[in-house]
Amino acid sequence: MQQLIFFIQRFKYFLFFILLESIAFSLILTNLNFQKSKFVNSTNSIVGGIYTQKSKITSYFNLKSENQLLAAENARLRNELQKKVFATPIKDSTIVDTVRYFQKFSFKSGKIISNNYNKEFNFLTLDIGKNQGIEKEMAVINSLGIVGIIDNTSDKYARVQSVLNKNSKINARLRNSNYFGTLDWNGDDYRSIQLIDIPRQAPLKIGDTIETGGKSTIFPEGILIGTVSKINRGNSAENRVLIKLFNDMSSLGTVYVIKNFDKLEIKKIENLENE
Amino acid sequence: MNNPFKLFFLFFSLLFLQVFILNNILLFDAINPYLYIVFVFLYPLKENKIPILFYSFLLGLLVDFFSDTGGIHAFSITVIAHIRLFFVKVYFNKLEIDFPFFSLKTESFGKIFNYVVTLTVIHHFIFFSLANFSFHNFSNVLSNTFFSSIFTLFLYFIGSAIFTRNE
Repeated sequence: MQQLIFFIQRFKYFLFFILLESIAFSLILTNLNFQKSKFVNSTNSIVGGIYTQKSKITSYFNLKSENQLLAAENARLRNELQKKVFATPIKDSTIVDTVRYFQKFSFKSGKIISNNYNKEFNFLTLDIGKNQGIEKEMAVINSLGIVGIIDNTSDKYARVQSVLNKNSKINARLRNSNYFGTLDWNGDDYRSIQLIDIPRQAPLKIGDTIETGGKSTIFPEGILIGTVSKINRGNSAENRVLIKLFNDMSSLGTVYVIKNFDKLEIKKIENLENE
Repeated sequence: MNNPFKLFFLFFSLLFLQVFILNNILLFDAINPYLYIVFVFLYPLKENKIPILFYSFLLGLLVDFFSDTGGIHAFSITVIAHIRLFFVKVYFNKLEIDFPFFSLKTESFGKIFNYVVTLTVIHHFIFFSLANFSFHNFSNVLSNTFFSSIFTLFLYFIGSAIFTRNE
């Protein structure tokens, strides 16, 4: 016993150092793991509150570009509407029963109050949280394309795992064909992202548009991602294709969070199949 | 710097300087200074290491809260807080008796330069290795360590030149 006390007396600084380091290291490990609940992040009310105050001031500087983005999006949506108007009369005269209409996705707008894009594991913080109905594993997009997936929520704030995170794996496909692959980021450049596991026979050309595939319960089909900028013709197994993002991840303002109403139902069926 | 109120002020000014200004600099899209480690250089030397270990861990943890990095800052700043006394003994030839009278202001520039550069490079190397968390992009880790260290040291020496009173 005396020996033990003597030992602790002698190495107390080193033991305290080891204690602090093991706390820090366990925090690092839990932060890398997507599924576990986290402790150190920017969704708690103090840090989130400070970031909200900061973003109230800095958001004035981005008003002009934010307005231009909104106008561009409105123009695009109006064009889509016009297409629908022309398309309807050609259809057969089947009766559409509006009572049985079933909405699959709902959108909620929020603001990015903290943004990272230069690390290997990037996260963003949103100013909406559980009180506004935000839950884990919801999709986050903006007018130009995908942004990420909600990975942690508190009452008033939510943390988004950006597409620029080495842990993000998002299903993506070529527009106008059903060849699909997985988005992956190598941690290098925030303007581009990689598409892996796309079949070799897929007719890829530089400049082709890549969009989300709708094969997960998180992202709806057809959300824009980017254009193909470099095709690897080598013999590597995973067939990496470089994608240039439509989004400028370094300047994000308003985003939309997408809720999928069918998620539980789809998950239930998929689990049954596995058993 | 022996005044506890001054240390408290230093702690929070370094924290807010780091998370609101320096984290947004991103020179050439990647290079960021991490000036909050100056806390370790300026904390008075004492034989009892528990307070400095605890406060620097806390500072690192708060920086982590703001930048969503898990515990990477906390880990790397605690390492340099622990090995600080060793380098003081190596570079300045000081013993425990000299600690209460030690001040960076009275030492020669060459010694301070060696001391600060060593601790900064160690901190940045641990920080970027943990941020990368694989051996995949190891050249990136080395280049980030190199350029960010230069940036941090540049800011530190400019800051110390400005804030040191000429007497």
